Amino acid sequence: MNRIQQKLQENKKLVSIYFTAGYPTLTDTKSIIENLEKAGTDIIEIGLPFSDPLADGPTIQESSTKALKNGMNSEVLFEQLKDIRSTVNIPLIIMGYFNPMLQYGVEEFCKKCNEIGIDGLIIPDLPVDVYDEAYKSLFEKYNLTNIFLITPQTSDERIRYIDSISNGFIYMVSSASVTGAKNTFGEQQKAYFERINNLNLKTPQIVGFGISNKETFEQATTYAKGGIIGSAFVKHITNHPIGKIKDFFIFA
Amino acid sequence: MSYHVDEKGYYGEFGGAYIPEMLYPNVEELRQNYLKIMQEESFQKEFHQLLKDYVGRPSPLYFAKRLSEKYNTKIYLKREDLNHTGAHKVNNTIGQILMAKRLGKNRIIAETGAGQHGVATATVCALMGIECIVYMGEIDIARQAPNVARMKMLGAKVVPATSGSKTLKDATNEAIRDWINNPVDTHYIIGSVVGPHPYPDMVARFQSVVSEEIQKQLLEQENTAFPNHVIACVGGGSNAAGAFYHFLDEEKVNLIAVEAAGHGVDSGESAATSILGKEGIIHGSKTLLMQTKDGQITEPYSISAGLDYPGVGPLHAHLFKTGRAEFIAITDDQAMQAGLELTKLEGIIPAIESSHAFAVLKEKEFKKDDIVIINLSGRGDKDLDTYIKYFNL
Repeated sequence: MNRIQQKLQENKKLVSIYFTAGYPTLTDTKSIIENLEKAGTDIIEIGLPFSDPLADGPTIQESSTKALKNGMNSEVLFEQLKDIRSTVNIPLIIMGYFNPMLQYGVEEFCKKCNEIGIDGLIIPDLPVDVYDEAYKSLFEKYNLTNIFLITPQTSDERIRYIDSISNGFIYMVSSASVTGAKNTFGEQQKAYFERINNLNLKTPQIVGFGISNKETFEQATTYAKGGIIGSAFVKHITNHPIGKIKDFFIFA
Repeated sequence: MSYHVDEKGYYGEFGGAYIPEMLYPNVEELRQNYLKIMQEESFQKEFHQLLKDYVGRPSPLYFAKRLSEKYNTKIYLKREDLNHTGAHKVNNTIGQILMAKRLGKNRIIAETGAGQHGVATATVCALMGIECIVYMGEIDIARQAPNVARMKMLGAKVVPATSGSKTLKDATNEAIRDWINNPVDTHYIIGSVVGPHPYPDMVARFQSVVSEEIQKQLLEQENTAFPNHVIACVGGGSNAAGAFYHFLDEEKVNLIAVEAAGHGVDSGESAATSILGKEGIIHGSKTLLMQTKDGQITEPYSISAGLDYPGVGPLHAHLFKTGRAEFIAITDDQAMQAGLELTKLEGIIPAIESSHAFAVLKEKEFKKDDIVIINLSGRGDKDLDTYIKYFNL
């Protein structure tokens, strides 16, 4: 059992935080992770910036552009994280688009993640069927959990397929949107949350996109195991020093 | 060797649909229906009627006598520049708007670089009375004011893409984001043979009317359906896909794809994707693209706004990799001179994109009896400013 699977067994709603590596400055990565753990974060998603982040809204796009300008890339990130497991115990996931991983070499990337102690990957533009066919065995070889997304438009049949090949959690995208787009959840989302709950999946779900405060976190986790906060946190560290990360958790 | 898409959406090793799950239902709906809809008799009838009466097809296959004399070979021009809206782009937008209607969509989005595809999309949306939103890089909006005005007159909403490099690739990202936000009622009309499967195949099929006509016209004029060479410029690759389509499996027909070398292939300011690109993922497709060592997509350069796309359609990546097509890179200067030469010899001002194809005549020897087809993909009206500045007219 890896750290993600262990964490999912805890009897609480999990708070997962996304941030863009290399932002606001290149060398903030490690201290953001350490401060997040101290503040009570359950899972951290470390965003590997990409020039063309298709699924992201303005906040994460801008942080990615800045991080790339700062000099962030796969190699720099791995170097920054090489001793991370001497100070941090919670699950760490790298979230990034597929092309930078492809250029690094998918096996080499997975191997590096394993060496450092990364527990899983979220790759929004690596389709489930391509993963299943070409990369699943590599991920297993390096003990990495791959996290898949589902959306309100995903059919029950496809959700069942995704459930069957998942071994961590399912990233449940709250609504038809890019990251950061919504402020509250409406009836449609509630109906979707219920629909997924009624499918009785074997894989726990963590809801992401559109969670920005206590209210949306609670709505999102009525049935789900936890919530992911990305854009709202990126905004917070844009405006506050890293030492103030704990203030962000007042809402949670 | 097949040069057509396989059932999984690949051309050899290129293609596929590398899309976020949020786009899966939209793309899957299209994938499941596009061939079925295109084969419907009513669809074919409406498509061809509009191509004939609205676009003005068939476009002439014109024997360029003076150009032929100069280069001592037989040169025919496929006059896509004479289409309504001034380029081949409209063949695809007519097809896709009919597709969108049959899929029950009532909102159209598109990306555009120089504005040609944006205008062609806004045009068919006006024709059908459908809402149209065109994403265009902020920088392109500033340098392509007349096309922005055209789109607005046609009733389209032009939305600036302000992220990244603020040009075509960012406009494409914004269009994709819009589609993620509006998955049910919206159809995304992609302007080239790029993007996730089935787009490259669907757009190539709509553009294939070009090579279909070339075959018929050549049979009438030269008593053969097969030229020796077909030359077309390639940005994303839609006009080349259309001009090559019916010749792909006829290995005796030499296919020449012309890329923009900008200031020179090694100048750092170029759009010669086949030479400078490496295999990767762009806009949902595995293909050749210009990128950093780290996999960040870079910004290409060409004097011609229609050729500066950092990727190339997966069909073309496959044609390059297999050697089926010959790829030639033409600089800004070579293209501008070739455009002026065509104007002087034949009285036709070509789009600067198309001028790149004409520049091949100086780069490559053709035999006296060779039949050389050049796809004249667009007219030069939109490029007058650039021609004026370049030649100090």
